[in-house]
Amino acid sequence: MEVYLDNAATTPMRKEVFEEMEKYFFQDYGNASSLHLFGQKAFEEKENAREKIAKLLGVKSKEIYFTSGGTESDNLALKGIIQKSNKKKVIVSAIEHPAVLRTAEFLAKQGKKLSVIPVNSEGIIDLNKLKKEIDSDTALVSVMHANNEIGVIQPVKEIAELCMEKNVLFHSDTVQTIGKIKINLKETGIDLASISAHKFNGPKGIGAIYIKEGTPIEPLIHGGGQENKLRSGTENIPGIIGLSKALELSLKNIEEEQKRQEELRNELIKFVLEIPKTRINGTYEKGKRLSNNVNASFYGIEGEALIAFLNEEGVFASTGSACSSKSLKASHVLLALGLSHIWAHGSLRLTFGRQTTKKEINYVKEKLPGIVEKLRKMSSIK
Amino acid sequence: MYSDKVMNEFKKPKNMGKIENADGIGTVGNPVCGDMLKVYIKVKDNKITDVKVETFGCVSAIATSSKATEMVKGKTIEEALELSKDEVAKELGGLPPIKMHCSVLAIDGIRKSIEDYKKKNKKQ
Ligand SMILES: Cc1ncc(COP(=O)(O)O)c(C=O)c1O
Ligand code: FES
Repeated sequence: MEVYLDNAATTPMRKEVFEEMEKYFFQDYGNASSLHLFGQKAFEEKENAREKIAKLLGVKSKEIYFTSGGTESDNLALKGIIQKSNKKKVIVSAIEHPAVLRTAEFLAKQGKKLSVIPVNSEGIIDLNKLKKEIDSDTALVSVMHANNEIGVIQPVKEIAELCMEKNVLFHSDTVQTIGKIKINLKETGIDLASISAHKFNGPKGIGAIYIKEGTPIEPLIHGGGQENKLRSGTENIPGIIGLSKALELSLKNIEEEQKRQEELRNELIKFVLEIPKTRINGTYEKGKRLSNNVNASFYGIEGEALIAFLNEEGVFASTGSACSSKSLKASHVLLALGLSHIWAHGSLRLTFGRQTTKKEINYVKEKLPGIVEKLRKMSSIK
Repeated sequence: MYSDKVMNEFKKPKNMGKIENADGIGTVGNPVCGDMLKVYIKVKDNKITDVKVETFGCVSAIATSSKATEMVKGKTIEEALELSKDEVAKELGGLPPIKMHCSVLAIDGIRKSIEDYKKKNKKQ
């Protein structure tokens, strides 16, 4: 059996999405900037897609800009805003994705000011600290909507209100929520939001950013002036079509799908907690966590070893443990929750998708306890 | 990322566990990644007759624990002290550069267990 439970990393593309994209490779392959019929067709399809996406997110077409994905959108938001502003400070949460954290650190190195706001043990940002940190020199606050490791959802509406009061811009990395939760961006009050298609069964290498009308921002990529001069480069039409189709499909029966995954998640969380010396990382209070995320830690075992044994059994998961990735530091997210290094190293992230079945979760339940026991037997930490 | 040899060693690690009444015990930790390893040895006539290891660590730490202990079993104390991380890595078909420190952990654990044995033996 092969069970893919790493949908926070990426998702399989839907057949319907591919079918929708196909003709833009072979037939309608025009450059949207060309003046002839082929170009016009491409231009129209691109604008139709933009309109569809905008509608689905409750915003205006001209507030959506296509990019190469979440990372670029995050970079554009932070660098683009700070460059255009006469204020110097950027505020981010401690659990941001590297696409935001590293960008913010880069800006700090360039002479800007950076403030990092902690989260509590449940993974929720400290709003009081945030409030205190926003001063007259603050240009931008960037707090992600849902975290990619623990799936905890931040109170973005309250953050947006706070930012509005203090007259600072608010960017939210919504890469893990758009396509998974129904969101009306206008109503949330976010000024900039990052979108990535491959997280909701769309193609890789395409994304978008919502930028509220009138927000002063400098481009990241200069050139031919595409995307209303904000993002140059020949538009990725098949990708754009794929993004809009994937978003449309994923929002179609989203409540039902969310409920289905939530049931699976709660069941798995309950099961995992029955294994001794185990914890769930981040709150799982209703409504405060993505319905597709389980992040557990097993005391005394190391994440990479756990992943490797699961891999042998055909279960594909991920870990926040340092020893598994290219860096050796334990997950900054788990450490921010206050976990000790031992707990942080023993983490396992299982993230579901539309294709995930109850049978697959049962298979995981069958395999997981034995692997944990085997590794604990070997371990020097009891 | 890992060679087949590393993966095979990891899947069926040898010498895992502890020895009651060990003649020497070496505990080492890796501050970089918070990993920990405990080596137990039995020594007779200056030879390591048995060795066991408990490892909290990654795939590479487990594989090198297994391989390194295998390599010193039956060796004299002096021979065991000469074993280097490179020899262990070579025997495993190489380790990714970022994972070389995991093999140091195993080597240090063995050396510490020998030190412990020597210390205990002096007293008697
Ligand atoms: C929260 C978050 N932000 C940004 C990204 C980066 O998105 P992309 O892979 O489209 O560059 C990811 C995914 O890796 C993510 O989970
Ligand atoms: S023991 Fe830390 S990476 Fe191997």
